[in-house]
Amino acid sequence: MNKLQIITNGILKNNPTFVLVLGMCPTLGTTTSAINGMGMGVATMAVLIMSNLVISLIKNLIPDKVRIPAFIVVIASFVTIIQMLMQAYVPSLYASLGVFIPLIVVNCIILGRAEAFASKNGPIDSILDGIGIGLGFTLALTTIGAVREVLGSGAIFGYSLGIADYMPLVFVLAPGAFLVLGYLMVLFNKFAKK
Amino acid sequence: MELSYFAIIIGAIFVNNVVLAQFLGICPFLGVSSKVDTSMGMGAAVTFVMALTAIVAWSIQEFILVPLGIEYMQTIVFILVIAALVQMVEIVLKKVSPSLYQALGIFLPLITTNCAVLGVAILMIQKEFNLLQSFAYSVATAIGFAIAMVIFAGIRERLELDGVPAALKGIPIALITAAILAMAFMGFSGLV
Amino acid sequence: MKSTLFNMVAVLFSITLIASAGVGAVNMITADAIAETKAAATKAAVANVLPEFDSNEQSEQTIDDMPIVVYTAKKGDKTVGYAVESMTKNGFGGVIRMMVGFTTDGKINNVNVLEQAETPGLGTKMCDEGNALLSSIQGKNSWEVEFKVKKDGGELDALTAATISSRAYYEAVARAYQAFLVASGAKDKADGVSGATAAKSASKEGNTAQEGGQNE
Repeated sequence: MNKLQIITNGILKNNPTFVLVLGMCPTLGTTTSAINGMGMGVATMAVLIMSNLVISLIKNLIPDKVRIPAFIVVIASFVTIIQMLMQAYVPSLYASLGVFIPLIVVNCIILGRAEAFASKNGPIDSILDGIGIGLGFTLALTTIGAVREVLGSGAIFGYSLGIADYMPLVFVLAPGAFLVLGYLMVLFNKFAKK
Repeated sequence: MELSYFAIIIGAIFVNNVVLAQFLGICPFLGVSSKVDTSMGMGAAVTFVMALTAIVAWSIQEFILVPLGIEYMQTIVFILVIAALVQMVEIVLKKVSPSLYQALGIFLPLITTNCAVLGVAILMIQKEFNLLQSFAYSVATAIGFAIAMVIFAGIRERLELDGVPAALKGIPIALITAAILAMAFMGFSGLV
Repeated sequence: MKSTLFNMVAVLFSITLIASAGVGAVNMITADAIAETKAAATKAAVANVLPEFDSNEQSEQTIDDMPIVVYTAKKGDKTVGYAVESMTKNGFGGVIRMMVGFTTDGKINNVNVLEQAETPGLGTKMCDEGNALLSSIQGKNSWEVEFKVKKDGGELDALTAATISSRAYYEAVARAYQAFLVASGAKDKADGVSGATAAKSASKEGNTAQEGGQNE
């Protein structure tokens, strides 16, 4: 498998949101606007790249039976580090993502990639896999966020389109999250998955 | 004015339903909820673990993390506590009540990565609840989770029998169903 | 790698140790930055809710078991206003923290929500410029305002479909007003000079304030 393919695989063939259907909680919970979705995607990508790297480096030192707990500790540490960095340097984004930042720990994507990819491949490939899957996740979240923001609050990336009064608010509320993700998945199934 | 227990409980079950309003525990919600029986099993297992987690996590926060000034270790400590608790529940259940283990056993490993459990632990600390409030909050959240799961499973069992367009099959139709259910639950807002 | 009890314990222990050391190190680096960011946010909020000032003093109170911080702003020697950092735990998403600015005579100058976890698009409107909550109390004399939404028999507007958030908002503002009364000394004056005014304002704030008014 060449290097570029590892990345494109993460975006299309193994897209974590639309194909693997992993990490649904942040996907639904943080995509009230394009910027929030993107922030969540990037934070997850950062954790994913770091944990993939470290796990691929130490994979031979870990006894099989404690593999999962060891992975969880590694992931939780990186999540905490990202959490503190965000709190220090992007406090407003940190505030709007709320509890979903610490919850990156239990995002199945990260543990899933550690188990399925990083524990079997070298560090370079693992980083690339992290970038690919991370980008796939970020793109998906940004798209969902953008759709919900336009439909629900008549704005895109925070820029008002001046149509806010005519838009159904429901799209930024809970039902809108399920609805938008559901229909985007239909479109993805129909066109991208061939 | 303290938030009354009634408000906490009704709020957590209906108004702020963990799955349909807060988006926690979506993975099991979509993954395990194709049958009513299994949904009930999962709901029961989650309730059990969440109640335990609430007590243990609250005590750890109050008596270890805060006195030592290492609140920033919260995420790491909580996830390890949950993993250990789930493991322990599994072992104890196996010894004490094999029949209950039979019923709940297969769901237990899944609970470690159920973000609702960790989410509730973090939220109850964030909301500055005391021990009893935390307990009420987490049990009510778990009940909300179970109710949402069971209703959803009931709908999905029926959906199985209907012709669904190919592109909508599986997860997409489940999500759209969840959207309608979430709208129904929005009717509860204003209740408390 | 084969698992033995020894290597399992050793590996898990060392990973945890290294991980906590790493997290601890990052905490040391970011702790100052986080504190600075918070202090800057507080400072900006104080400046935002008050007329121009050049120095402020900080004092703390506890109302209903919640810590309330009062910033007394001065220009030269003259007090120009009070910024009260108030909070409530009754928001739709739990805790709401806000900065409420009072002029010396008790007018609500401005309100700045610092922290909230309300429903996006509904309750979060409390943070927007000129939202319904703010505009129904801004510039009013706080002793004339009954901090209640219309739904509860009051006169104040609520945000559409966010009654709980709105109630919590006014509750926090009312608490800020209590703190303002104590900090500015207006409470004693009001009680001494005109008992009627104090009783009127106290009775409007619900039971807690009423008890306070009678005891003091």
